Amino acid sequence: MTATSTTQSGVLELSAGARVKKPAKPLPEQSDRSIVSHSDWRKKRVFFGLSALHLALLVLLVLWGIGPLLWLLKSAITPTQDTLQAPMELFPHGVAWSNLWSAWFTVGIGTQFLNTVWVAIGSWFVQLLVATTAGYVLAVLRPAYAKVFNWLVLATLFVPAVVLLVPLYLTILHPPLIGVSLINTFWAVWLPAGANAFNILLVTRFFSNLPREIFEAARTDGAGPLRLFWSIVLPLSRPILGVVSVFAIINAWKDYLWPMLVLTNPAIQPLSVRLPNIQSMTDLGVFLAALAISMIIPIALFLFFQRMFLRSAGLGGAVKG
Amino acid sequence: MTATTAIPAHRRRKRTPMTWLRGGGLWNLLFLLPMLIVFGVFSWGPIVESVVMSVQKTNFVTTSFVGIDNFVAVFNDPQLATAVTNTAWFALLALIFGYPLPLIVAVLMSEVRRRRGLFSALAYLPVVVPPVVAALLWKRFFDASPHGVFNTIIGWVGIPPQPWIQSASSAMPSIVLEATWAAAGGTIIIYLAALTSVAPELYDAAEVDGAGIWQKIWHVTLPQLRGVLLVTFILQIIGTAQVFLEPFLITGGGPVNSTLTILQLIYRYAFTNSIGGDYGKATALSIMLALVLAAFSFVYFRVTRAWSEN
Repeated sequence: MTATSTTQSGVLELSAGARVKKPAKPLPEQSDRSIVSHSDWRKKRVFFGLSALHLALLVLLVLWGIGPLLWLLKSAITPTQDTLQAPMELFPHGVAWSNLWSAWFTVGIGTQFLNTVWVAIGSWFVQLLVATTAGYVLAVLRPAYAKVFNWLVLATLFVPAVVLLVPLYLTILHPPLIGVSLINTFWAVWLPAGANAFNILLVTRFFSNLPREIFEAARTDGAGPLRLFWSIVLPLSRPILGVVSVFAIINAWKDYLWPMLVLTNPAIQPLSVRLPNIQSMTDLGVFLAALAISMIIPIALFLFFQRMFLRSAGLGGAVKG
Repeated sequence: MTATTAIPAHRRRKRTPMTWLRGGGLWNLLFLLPMLIVFGVFSWGPIVESVVMSVQKTNFVTTSFVGIDNFVAVFNDPQLATAVTNTAWFALLALIFGYPLPLIVAVLMSEVRRRRGLFSALAYLPVVVPPVVAALLWKRFFDASPHGVFNTIIGWVGIPPQPWIQSASSAMPSIVLEATWAAAGGTIIIYLAALTSVAPELYDAAEVDGAGIWQKIWHVTLPQLRGVLLVTFILQIIGTAQVFLEPFLITGGGPVNSTLTILQLIYRYAFTNSIGGDYGKATALSIMLALVLAAFSFVYFRVTRAWSEN
């Protein structure tokens, strides 16, 4: 009963949040009360009990959420022998900043870092292109056959990715028409990333909630389909495009199995594929520095777009497949 | 009589190429083109091909129809039983570790009055760590030497060093611990969103009837979360049935195949055979897995659609 309303209100709030630069509250949908009532809170027993529980929860969440990450940051600049002999001590024999330097230049993580950025940018562009154009046809132009394609796209949500693995690999090996193998080119990662039904679902839903009067008005003023798309629909859809963009970039950073299969040349491998391959031949301190470098961008993105991440994650329960 | 002839004539006039063009038919196709190409080549095509390949045997040069031979071969592979058992064991452990705990945390978090954003961010942070980084980091934590990270920590309270991922019995629980760390934040945020959308009037009404905090949780909160609990359950089953990365990177399926999962078996069939991949067996097993998961997806779809319609 609440799925559509949360989805819609969530999306609409996203649009409001994007226009107003500094929203007053981090969670606008938060109601003025929850299980424990205001009068309950005034009881001493409830107040102290809950406050203690919340404090304990906060401590546990700090240990759970950033404990391992802090350990990684510490170990990234700790000499290997210290990490091996006393992993829980804080710099018993000083700091080894050289780990970071060696990881970036000697091990060559810098190249992998740029490859990852490149993979992410290309996947982002392909996903955005496919999702917006498809969403425009399915939700705004609505030709008679739109329903069929809508159904065909949704149907792929039911097919687990593993089914695609082998035939997709062979398609990349022998792509139709162009006749040149795409193995060891970035296209092998970029193009399949575009076939994301979840993106199309999100964008189509958002587009069909846009007021149609605006489209009619634009058409009356002589706007063609291209102008309507570029000057009306896309600018109105910035919030949902933001969501799709952030997820496209994060997913490109997270992906492992597929790029491992199609990018076998170390020179163009992204971080996720290269890291497991170098662990056995790299000094532990340097390797942990490489791991720390690899998580910086996703975490920075999260801290920067926290509200968007958390709200989209909440929507996940209603629409993600 | 006139009516029956008039309708086809009307339709024929409506469908000339000129009217189609003027109605923007070409634009529609043009905008649809990126999706048609990308989904056609990289999604719809491979899905169909996967079904075809599961009934074929492919050598380097020839491809021949073999019917259900691939499926029979997969069933006769003793590794299948191992992989299915391990995957089910993983799924069960993941439910025990990662299903009730996020609910408790989310209920507690929904009562936080100030700085709830900080709580959410802390809980969600592990989810944004790239899975490869998380798996390799935890592999280090699981170091079985007395100087390993976890062994040092349990040493503080007097527990002797554990073998963690080195022993066949504790390898899978260790991996589930890592996977739970990486995923629990997402579940917490889903629950939290559902909790904040429970109508406050329900609690007011329960209080008028004299309900205490526990009674409100039991009689109002949990029934209101029923749908979300079902959805996260199904999503978790679908996700854990396809677990690959964590066991692949942390243990490589060992020790003695104790963490070999279904997806790793598919990967072994297709990509680790020195004489060329057994694509037939790999696709046959993927299709069997997909059919089982489709049943879960179908329930999931019905549930969420039932909500949308209400």
